[in-house]
Amino acid sequence: MKNFQVAIIGGGVIGSAIARELSKYKLDVVVFEMGSDVASGASKANSGVVHSGINSAPSSLKARFCVEGNKMFQSLADGLGFPVRWVGKCVIAKNEEELSELKRLKQVGMDNSVPGLEIKDGSEINESNVSCHAALWVPTAGITLPYEFTIALAENAAENNVKFLLETKVTGLKKQKNGFLIKTTKGDFNSEIVVNAAGLNCREIVSMLEEPDFQVYPCRGEYLILDKKYRSLVNSMIYPVPVKELGVLGVHITPTIEGNILLGPSAEFIDDAEDKRTTKEMMKTLLKEAREIIPAIPDKAVINAYSGMRCKLASLKEGGWADYQIEEGKQTPGLINLLGIESPGLTAAPAIAKEVTKMISQSIKLKTKNNFKSRRVKGKRFSEMTPQEQSILIKKDDRWGRIVCRCEHVTEAEVIEALSNPLGARTLSSVKYRCRAGMGRCQGGFCTQHIVRIMEGQFNIDVKDMKLKSPDSNLFYGRTREVKDD
Amino acid sequence: MINYDVDVAVIGGGPAGLAAAVSAREHGAKNVVILDRNSWLGGILPQCIHDGFGVEETGTSMTGPEYAEKYIEMAKKHGIDVMKGTMVLQFNKKLEITAVNKKGLHKIRAKSIVLAMGCREKTRWNVMIPGNRSSGIYTAGVAQAFINLYNIIPGKNVVILGSGDVGLIMARRLKFEGANVLGVVEILPYASGLPRNVVQCLDDYDIPLFLNYTVTCIDGKERLEQVTIAQVDDKMNIIPGTEKKIKCDALLLSLGLVPENELASDVGIEIDTVTGGPIVNQYLETTLAGVFACGNCLQVYDTVDVLSADAKNAGKNAAKNLTIQKEDKKISAKIVPGKGVRYVVPQRLSECERVHLTLRVEKPQESSMLRVIAGDKELLKKRLPWVNPANMIEIDVNIPSDTIAFMQSLEVTLDDH
Repeated sequence: MKNFQVAIIGGGVIGSAIARELSKYKLDVVVFEMGSDVASGASKANSGVVHSGINSAPSSLKARFCVEGNKMFQSLADGLGFPVRWVGKCVIAKNEEELSELKRLKQVGMDNSVPGLEIKDGSEINESNVSCHAALWVPTAGITLPYEFTIALAENAAENNVKFLLETKVTGLKKQKNGFLIKTTKGDFNSEIVVNAAGLNCREIVSMLEEPDFQVYPCRGEYLILDKKYRSLVNSMIYPVPVKELGVLGVHITPTIEGNILLGPSAEFIDDAEDKRTTKEMMKTLLKEAREIIPAIPDKAVINAYSGMRCKLASLKEGGWADYQIEEGKQTPGLINLLGIESPGLTAAPAIAKEVTKMISQSIKLKTKNNFKSRRVKGKRFSEMTPQEQSILIKKDDRWGRIVCRCEHVTEAEVIEALSNPLGARTLSSVKYRCRAGMGRCQGGFCTQHIVRIMEGQFNIDVKDMKLKSPDSNLFYGRTREVKDD
Repeated sequence: MINYDVDVAVIGGGPAGLAAAVSAREHGAKNVVILDRNSWLGGILPQCIHDGFGVEETGTSMTGPEYAEKYIEMAKKHGIDVMKGTMVLQFNKKLEITAVNKKGLHKIRAKSIVLAMGCREKTRWNVMIPGNRSSGIYTAGVAQAFINLYNIIPGKNVVILGSGDVGLIMARRLKFEGANVLGVVEILPYASGLPRNVVQCLDDYDIPLFLNYTVTCIDGKERLEQVTIAQVDDKMNIIPGTEKKIKCDALLLSLGLVPENELASDVGIEIDTVTGGPIVNQYLETTLAGVFACGNCLQVYDTVDVLSADAKNAGKNAAKNLTIQKEDKKISAKIVPGKGVRYVVPQRLSECERVHLTLRVEKPQESSMLRVIAGDKELLKKRLPWVNPANMIEIDVNIPSDTIAFMQSLEVTLDDH
């Protein structure tokens, strides 16, 4: 049985950020992730916004970690090679009544030390397609690619010797003399400290050790994605004034790093946390609400839809808003619970990781590693290189000369690099989220067969074992006829 | 950068590109090169192992690979250069092509370019089907590639959405491999593939065709588990209460094809919003002089036979483009679809002569009258016994030189009488 000092349950953005922070120290750390890759849940399906901190009550953990996390983003992005762009955000007021809400938000922001806040007249904003009475301009809000951010954190942690066990579900926890016995679908492990970063499953993990004193209320958010052709509809993020009774920010219009525009999310409290279906009704509602902000959005601009699930600690009746709970188990010392980490969790992740590290340092003496690799070597994409850079690379390794994904111009070398990731994630989505193959107009129509051949030929993956995104999302049922070797 | 000068560069080595290249050589072009991103020639044909190819053209029914082989042999005989595994990244207004392959980056300066990039399949998101993002959802052509090229089985209990030809052919193909084909679902009141395929691929195998139905939800948190289908009214709205749930592990999408024209639109070539292909004149020349278009990137064809014939014209004209002194185009009239007609190719007329038109109608119709009109002059009037959007119509029409003076545009219409 393998012994670890810290076991993190959950390879979402929070678990991955903690793993990366802990990888700076001489510690044996493991991450258990039940999905086939990191960022398999809410960390992948959100707005990709780096929040400023104007939306959470001063003195709340949400406000504190959001503001701290926001400040850490640029240097993390530089070191780990994921994108961030400070496009800013406009919260718009349609009338005098909403303007008073903007003033309140501005005050909250100022109390949280968010810099540069400014209330502008509707005519002063730099958005020709948006008409409004007034707007709160938030220059420190930005956008990132949430899955690339999570993958970057996790891969850097793995490069610094954190062990990631994918497709490994924790099935039982037992407190022992010197820590915990952790039962998983891949065998039993020991660890001195357990970090519960299981997102929507955080209550299930707590209940393995003690009676939880909280409930989780899943709240589904659906999104629509607009074609890149419509990228010029907005310059910055456009938010309505928040929907108070749901504890959410409302349907907003968000540009993405890739040049698409997101409409959403909806907010729908539902019973089944796994029910991530999109619905025709919500697609219509999202478009309708987005058009209240930008009337010019055409029907045919919509090219895709997805949904994510918020982990809320307050029900609809209770108003939907609750602060994060970051604390040791009430009856279980050594169990560090991260409960109700919903928006602005993506932004807060690096700051929460620092906090959790501090909590761990109270029971384990942390010694920094001399050989910590703070930077992740991430080359440019072929499609972003100059012709000269492209030529040099092809000369060195001719796999840079074979385009596998024709829509996004992704080469064979990049697909192989994606499949060779230090986490051992090998699904079709793992490839897509690392190098963009399959993300373009044809949605994998041309490249899937080539990626499958690479998986088979160069990574010895049997076609029966190939997956789209998760342990049971097999792509194929095997061969039509088995070829026998003579 | 590796540099070349060629007479005619053909982008795409599928049936259209091969036919155009061969024809360009036959009409005097010396250096002809085909650029194709795949490691093989023939485009989609190698995975089309059913027969029926070449019947109109040669009188013999061939399989896709056989038909391709015929043209590959011709290309070889004509000494046409072939660059496989070569992806064209872009070309500019001076007709300089940038391409990449394992040898490096290439700059190809062409006197004429023939676009033959083919098309891609519409995806789930072109029709925005809600539900889960499960595995087991494939476009029909991708499923066909897996079965026919790699012997891989994508599903065992299959529903097919859309009755395009690839979908119909895949229904039969999956049946041959022992899969359970639970039905073909079509939102229109009629099949969108060729009638002969409905008979030979569905009726002969007792595969149900659900007309006026569509898929309204996809269920399956990981692998596909179930789809919901529902009936639609004549405005395509779902009729409540008609939902049926079908347990299945694969959904094949045969929703139609989209011409691939990113290269063309990047350089500023005008695209017809209906066909999705470049706007061309009767020489199949696009709005960028010296660039011609053919095959499924020009318009989506029903059969390879007609496609090849048109592609040969594009190749011939690309070769002629090298020798003729470009005189000022005498005219530039529009050819527009009128009542009952969805589109007409070519969309422009550069000279008055006998012109070959291809077009599609808007809906199926019994006996009707097709007319080509210039102002108040009727240039052609032809009774058609039965028309169907799935069947492309070809007509030749004489355009006398004196018509042009009166003519703003040439209109093609379809009337009941």
